[in-house]
Amino acid sequence: MTRQMTGARMVVQALKDQGVEVVFGYPGGAVLPIYDEIFQQNDIRHILVRHEQGAIHMAEGYARSTGKVGVALVTSGPGATNAVTGLTDALLDSIPLVVLTGQVPTFMIGTDAFQEADTIGITRPCTKHNWLVKDTEKLSETIHQAFHVASHGRPGPVLIDIPKDVQFATGTYTPMEKTRVSHYQPRVKGDPEAIAAMVEMMETAERPVFYTGGGVINSGVKASALLREFVAATGFPITSTLMGLGAYPASGTAWLGMLGMHGLYEANLAMHGCDLMINIGARFDDRITGRIPDFSPHSKKVHVDIDPSSINKVIRVDVGIVGDIAHVLEEALALWKSRGSRVNKVGLAKWWAQIATWRAVKCLGYKGSTKVIKPQYALERLEALTKGMDRYITTEVGQHQMWAAQYLGFEAPNRWMTSGGLGTMGYGLPASIGVQIAHPDSLVINVAGEASWLMNMQEMGTAMQFRAPVKQFILNNERLGMVRQWQELLHGERYSQSWSESLPDFVKLAEAFGCKGVQVTDPKDLDDAIMEMIRYDGPFIFDCRVEKHENCFPMIPSGKPHNEMLLGDADTQGVIGAKGAVLV
Amino acid sequence: MSPLNIKKSASSHSAYELRDPNAPVIETHTLAVIVENEPGVLARVIGLFTARGYNIDSLTVAEVDHTSHRSRITVVTTGTPEVIVQIKAQLARMVPVYEVHDLTVEGPAVQRELALLKVAGKGEARIEALRLAEIFRAHVVDSTLESFVFEMTGTPEKIDSFAELMRPLGLREMARTGVAALSRGV
Ligand SMILES: Cc1ncc(C[n+]2csc(CCOP(=O)(O)OP(=O)(O)O)c2C)c(N)n1
Ligand SMILES: [Mg+2]
Repeated sequence: MTRQMTGARMVVQALKDQGVEVVFGYPGGAVLPIYDEIFQQNDIRHILVRHEQGAIHMAEGYARSTGKVGVALVTSGPGATNAVTGLTDALLDSIPLVVLTGQVPTFMIGTDAFQEADTIGITRPCTKHNWLVKDTEKLSETIHQAFHVASHGRPGPVLIDIPKDVQFATGTYTPMEKTRVSHYQPRVKGDPEAIAAMVEMMETAERPVFYTGGGVINSGVKASALLREFVAATGFPITSTLMGLGAYPASGTAWLGMLGMHGLYEANLAMHGCDLMINIGARFDDRITGRIPDFSPHSKKVHVDIDPSSINKVIRVDVGIVGDIAHVLEEALALWKSRGSRVNKVGLAKWWAQIATWRAVKCLGYKGSTKVIKPQYALERLEALTKGMDRYITTEVGQHQMWAAQYLGFEAPNRWMTSGGLGTMGYGLPASIGVQIAHPDSLVINVAGEASWLMNMQEMGTAMQFRAPVKQFILNNERLGMVRQWQELLHGERYSQSWSESLPDFVKLAEAFGCKGVQVTDPKDLDDAIMEMIRYDGPFIFDCRVEKHENCFPMIPSGKPHNEMLLGDADTQGVIGAKGAVLV
Repeated sequence: MSPLNIKKSASSHSAYELRDPNAPVIETHTLAVIVENEPGVLARVIGLFTARGYNIDSLTVAEVDHTSHRSRITVVTTGTPEVIVQIKAQLARMVPVYEVHDLTVEGPAVQRELALLKVAGKGEARIEALRLAEIFRAHVVDSTLESFVFEMTGTPEKIDSFAELMRPLGLREMARTGVAALSRGV
């Protein structure tokens, strides 16, 4: 059955066929025909954002909390350029998105027409792939292929640029089943020989550690289930990157906590001292490795990743396995069991005894206070009062983000959304709305810094309009806290431009948006206020006034190896040498 | 127009070239990348090289299969062995890329480049230019009383040495196609 329809209708039809329920977007001249089609149907819900960057982060929050592809629709020119930060964010965190942009009509491309931008050129380096569709006949097929590319292999954002005349013209709709199979078919099954090599190493290792990342979450819930089974069966300790939190439960006995620059002492020292490192879906990011020549110097390293270019990119490994995490874990687990489920029991017992001494350091300890709210305390209370609830957490970027990763526990995958790779301030508020749209009855909290939060605060309007009862938990230190911390450590305490001046009254701001806000300054009032926030039926802005000069520890200073971390009370002066200072 | 300053080819092995024995080994590789001939595909490949700081010594591209719209991009690049491996992996994961072949490691390959050289001169220099052109099997494709345009095909090194010889004899302009390469045998 072939069907004739306009390009604009094709867009909506193709999205429906792909099972899309929600589109985050903002209209404009170059996408009016598509908006006209959206108006005339009820299957796809359109969430009107307040800024296109918000649309992309919402689509990211939606995608990360559901495992589905997130979809956004924006106009040409400024609509497309406003989407660039979000696209780059999604590319670095491997989040599957399909972003549709309007373009000036084909016969005006290249004339500097009103609201013309070279969207394909601008977004080429910040998408996994992009397409300019110049012929309505090719539009539906391109959209179906876009979903395939976004969600297969290493996921990522893709963009389709659709000139306005292509939206108006009539063409043949190609259904999903009839779409040419894309040659883009990344390998999902790991090489059996490499898997066998890994299993053999696991049988004899004395000091093994699992180092897992966002790839486990991206692979799907099955990957997390297999990982848990593998960890339980082997008794190996496990740590994770910021991106991978929740794949293994924080309450699990083998859990060492997050690793990396602000990771836990036991996690980083286990990485440094292990004799077998099993990297599953992580990418040896510089936040993780610290100084490369000193990174885990005595270990054999295995790396499982769906992206062949990730293997040996930063750290040379002994065994590289290209494949989907769930596939590889399933085969490795089966093989390991069939060979007798062997581990080096004596070695492991000693290893755990060693880890126990590192855990005893209690690196997350901090000086409490009865007068001011310590940010760590605020998060401990938030954790205690929301634990066990059907809860999703997003964050902004800064100290609060690292404290959230340290003090909140994640029991399941897809419950933690944070901008890891790009470190985008302004991510958390829109992302929380995207999560809430996908999970209307769940508790969705954005742990924010006041400075980051202001970057996309206009999206409170979106939250109000679409009744997304997102909770904005702002750890307000009146500082660009993370910048201030680096200035203290690296720039002789010269706090250049790291004050948050002229902050709005967040309670009045909440009222202005039509929702509720509180300000809390006394630790005694914290619990009641958190409960009020949880119970409030609607968006909520929590202005949590915290200690202004708290530093985030533990910390591996730039250019230092894992075994030279700073714990809370360390003298912080002159710890980063000239070589480290050039690093970010 | 002044005589051209021609850079010595990266693969020249002069006895006077003093290398730091501890410097990382820099290798030159010729890659054949088979891609879908879609708009922007060349920009995408070049963008990868610039964004990640890889070198392009030479690059040619043309559609080689008009029915299936496949283009062949031949890239000559230099880097440490680790970087070369990364370049291949980064190319291979691009959506419009079908195949990546490293002709330098996949066995013997033939490499050819075509060059046009304009040499102006009179008298003895002019005769000398013609004599050398014959030795190098370059053809005269245009001539006036004061100039020749030579066409020659060969390895980039051969073209380099011919150009080097033509420089004192009045080399004015040169156009090169970049390298095309195929593996030997089947
Ligand atoms: C868009 C953007 N601009 C600048 C930065 C650099 N940066 C990283 S953290 C930070 C300060 C964040 O302040 P705040 O949101 O209040 O969080 P805090 O560190 O105080 O918890 C800045 C400016 C960034 N990550 N993103
Ligand atoms: Mg702050």
